[in-house]
Amino acid sequence: MRLTDAEQAMLDGREGPAKQKAMDLLVRYGEALGAERLVDTNNVCTTVGASTPFLRDFAAKAGGLDAVFSEFNLDSPEAVKIPHAKAFTCQLIQGLDPDHWQEQGVSPEVHALHGRNEAFSADIGIQMLNTCTPYQVGNVPVKGEHCAWMESSAVVYCNSVLGARTNTEGRESTGAAMLTGKIPDWGLHRAENRFGSHVVEVELDVESIMDWGLLGYHLGEVVQEGVPVLKRQGRVPDLSRLKHFGAAAATSGGVEMYHIPGVTPEADSVAGALGGRRPQATLKYGAAERARAYAELNANAKDTKVDFVMLGCPHSSLEQVWHACKLLEGKRIHANSHLWIFAPRAIREVADRNRYTRIITDAGARLMSDTCPALGQVMPPGVRVAATDSAKQSHYLPSIMGVQTWFGSTEDCIQAAITGRWQGELR
Amino acid sequence: MTKIILRGRRVVGGCAEGEALVTRDAITGWGGLNPMTGTIIETRHELVGQSIKGKVLVFPGAKGSSGWSTRFHIARLAGAAPVAMVFNKISTKLALGAVVMRAPAITDLDQDPLQVIATGDWVKVDADNGIVEVTKRSAGGTTDLAGVQG
Repeated sequence: MRLTDAEQAMLDGREGPAKQKAMDLLVRYGEALGAERLVDTNNVCTTVGASTPFLRDFAAKAGGLDAVFSEFNLDSPEAVKIPHAKAFTCQLIQGLDPDHWQEQGVSPEVHALHGRNEAFSADIGIQMLNTCTPYQVGNVPVKGEHCAWMESSAVVYCNSVLGARTNTEGRESTGAAMLTGKIPDWGLHRAENRFGSHVVEVELDVESIMDWGLLGYHLGEVVQEGVPVLKRQGRVPDLSRLKHFGAAAATSGGVEMYHIPGVTPEADSVAGALGGRRPQATLKYGAAERARAYAELNANAKDTKVDFVMLGCPHSSLEQVWHACKLLEGKRIHANSHLWIFAPRAIREVADRNRYTRIITDAGARLMSDTCPALGQVMPPGVRVAATDSAKQSHYLPSIMGVQTWFGSTEDCIQAAITGRWQGELR
Repeated sequence: MTKIILRGRRVVGGCAEGEALVTRDAITGWGGLNPMTGTIIETRHELVGQSIKGKVLVFPGAKGSSGWSTRFHIARLAGAAPVAMVFNKISTKLALGAVVMRAPAITDLDQDPLQVIATGDWVKVDADNGIVEVTKRSAGGTTDLAGVQG
């Protein structure tokens, strides 16, 4: 890799040990990729902290959060003092909701450590958005902006919908980017890698959030890390729909970018999205593909008695919270079931003012923030069967939490919470 | 015994050898791997229930969450990581995961490793020189590939 004088100075340790470790990791990582240089970034999304048991033990043994950051955000076995962030850096989704931790089954010790971590993160200048959807609450990069983001569902949104440029970074590379303002100039940072690879002829009207999730889940499985270009008719999908679509495609596959000509900013036409190149393949999405994705997402669920319904993966938009309230107002969640809705903290503040939180609570449900069941491994006690309108959460809950998980529409999920029974189907 | 040699590009340097574990499915890190045991937990993965610990992991590429690298990072610290990785498609998830796993890794090989290498073969990954050396297993009394060629 070719480094600038300023980058070389950091690598030589002239800006302190933490930046030296950060630059050392960026060089090893860049060489692993085959990158030739680094690119400047002032927009980083990372995760800092020690919420899982392994990291908590590590923090206790290794001597605190500087050591955790050194190992897990810089890949440095040597603990170094972490200085203030150089780049604008936002905290992603965390392990618990500080306002609902007891209900989430979190121990007082873990809650206390979380508090120490928040203080540590604030001290080094991390913006505490605490959501998987930073683009909903104040970090909305502009077209062409170089970013270093973790969180696969945010990465695909950032590239595709906003036209900003990021690869799917990890915890270590975003830690290094935060301290140096640098990330390897590779992959989606470069215009030539942002064109479409597959054309997808969408034969169905894809309108609902569930349908966008199904389309994404199917496409991820088929194109894997490709860049699909959707040829479709119908309504322009909104933020919530594209949020679910991208999250699903980044779960079943590794989709980091897609184009919807006429909708997303780097695609005026199918030919433009392909950059004048021939697609690797042209695929069709029809009733059979839709039915298969639905069946795959429900493959783990058998028992129709639902104990737990989860909405808000990725974290709910304000519109989704409003929609849930319209379905819940005046209703009551079944005595044997729970409904937890997750949103960014900033959106929950608005929901409080709009009395949505009250409507949700009056129905026996909860509006939570900062975490989710799969990431935080938080659920009500004794859950055996869950239901969700998120393809991503439905994919992960059986393997991470060992629960059967139904996938369906938002309406079917709320109905399941009210009746305690899964009656969803592909309509 | 005949050995098969593949040549590729170093991702992470070093040299290690072990028994191959081969999959045609892309691997999920977060939500797909238990890093304490090295067990694949993704429910629809062909290796579900099997452990990658101590193996030479041969696979097409990475998919899923950006927590990929952290899972392999923790697996290394927990002593449950593979000894080496051989794969087809580089990505940021995989490059970073390989770097923080600190074990030899090779990609861009001159033959498809998924075709050449089978689970149980003995594989030496000399990443510094970009060489993967495969010794086919002679399974349960059947003649192995080297024997047929011999």
